[in-house]
Amino acid sequence: MTLLRTHNLSAFYGDFQALFGIDVAVEQDETVAIIGANGAGKTTLLRAIAGALATAPETVLLDGEPIGHKTPHEIVRLGIAMVPEGRRLFSSLSVEENLLLGTHSNRAGPWNLRRVYELFPRLHELRRLPATSLSGGQQQMAAVGRALMSNPRLLLCDELSLGLAPIVIRDIYQCLGAITAEGTTVVLVEQDINRALDASTRFYCLQEGRLALSAPTKNFDRAALTAAYFGM
Amino acid sequence: MQWLNILIQGSLLGGIYALFAIGLSMSFGIMRLVNIAHGDFIVLSGYVALVVTQATGLDPFSSLAIVVPVMFALGYVLQRGLLNQTLSGGLLPPLLVTFGISIIIQNGLLQGFGAYDHRLQEGAIETASLHLPGGIDVGVYPLLVFAVAVFAIASLQFLFYRTGVGRAFRAVSDDANTAELMGIDNRKLYALALGIAMIFTAIAGVLFGIRTIFDPAAGPIRLILAFEAVIIGGLGSMWGTLIGGMVLGIAQSVGAALDPTWQILAGHLAFLAILILRPNGLFPRTRD
Repeated sequence: MTLLRTHNLSAFYGDFQALFGIDVAVEQDETVAIIGANGAGKTTLLRAIAGALATAPETVLLDGEPIGHKTPHEIVRLGIAMVPEGRRLFSSLSVEENLLLGTHSNRAGPWNLRRVYELFPRLHELRRLPATSLSGGQQQMAAVGRALMSNPRLLLCDELSLGLAPIVIRDIYQCLGAITAEGTTVVLVEQDINRALDASTRFYCLQEGRLALSAPTKNFDRAALTAAYFGM
Repeated sequence: MQWLNILIQGSLLGGIYALFAIGLSMSFGIMRLVNIAHGDFIVLSGYVALVVTQATGLDPFSSLAIVVPVMFALGYVLQRGLLNQTLSGGLLPPLLVTFGISIIIQNGLLQGFGAYDHRLQEGAIETASLHLPGGIDVGVYPLLVFAVAVFAIASLQFLFYRTGVGRAFRAVSDDANTAELMGIDNRKLYALALGIAMIFTAIAGVLFGIRTIFDPAAGPIRLILAFEAVIIGGLGSMWGTLIGGMVLGIAQSVGAALDPTWQILAGHLAFLAILILRPNGLFPRTRD
């Protein structure tokens, strides 16, 4: 069943057009990667889905219902949560308060403080510290946990690996398995192509705001990806 | 002993200045809204209390049961209907809009009540005093106002650091865009914030109206005093605001003891001195 679909989605920053008629579909329970070079429009696509960028109502559909015109907080309530690029934890809140902030959308589901601490035991030990005093990897865990606290049906992850050591990235990606096992659908935006392809079942490749390639992550044509990625 | 007396009287005077400042500090801290009409809302609260006491025969303290909800509703509606629209364009639009509101309130009050002085009458408590050892007399009323200021700030601290709404206030203050992505309805939250700020503004207005005469043009000087208390204390720090109010009060008392005409000037000079020595105030918290 198709959970999320964008249809001819365009997005603008002022006069600058960042996305040109993007069509993507995300099925229930799958993990989809969105890859592309810097400036290809990956983050813009996530921000448009999350409601942070104005789009026409019919260009983003959740369960077939138009949501393109809704505000970010309405979209969280409908079950789409975002782990923003650069983590964006609240600096004057403790780790636990950051997690609790995810509960403002009042959605029921499998995730609560106890479950998030089971997933990331380190966060439990650090829960009283200011969120921004944590290491980059721990902050990323807190950002993922904060998004999970809203019990999303669809989790949008923007550059989970950005600025983190390889071993930390591996740990965080291992946790993705536990998240999808709860029936959460995941969309990954990554510059680290191999990492994204390993963790997903299907991928879309964006190039300069346009969809350049879409394929399953098993048995795809590497040469076609190279062409789509670099535009050669 | 005379100086101890001045110190005590000045500190107590600071209580009313801290009360003036709470609403201003809240709206700046949470939504970066510089509310130029803040002083006029204090005075407006005094007039609302005046109408309530005259219409119902209630005393000013009891009139708070009506004045507080009225001012809360006014704050909520004003933020929801008007000020939210001004917040996306930087600091200047809300500054201009609240400046306009300030003029509207002053002229509205002038039209409705005339330019005469008014006062709220609370009776014997206004002149009652306590005799402390060493020949120091402390007014019961200033003591009460100071206690209300301490209680008000303590309850706000509780709200900010022990409740879900307070957590949302702090998150929105840190990063409004990300807070919205986490499911917070910023516009509703801002409306609630100005509503709560107006609760304290209402209390300040009534307590001030019992203490001093007021007229439609009394707002701007209250705004200046509130600004000074906030800046001296440091932006974003509520207890700092109380200290800021006390510094102002003590400076005014010392000035008045030297020469009665120096009272107000001494407060402003203390403010300038602190602005030069510690531009971020004594206990800064909010960045940017």
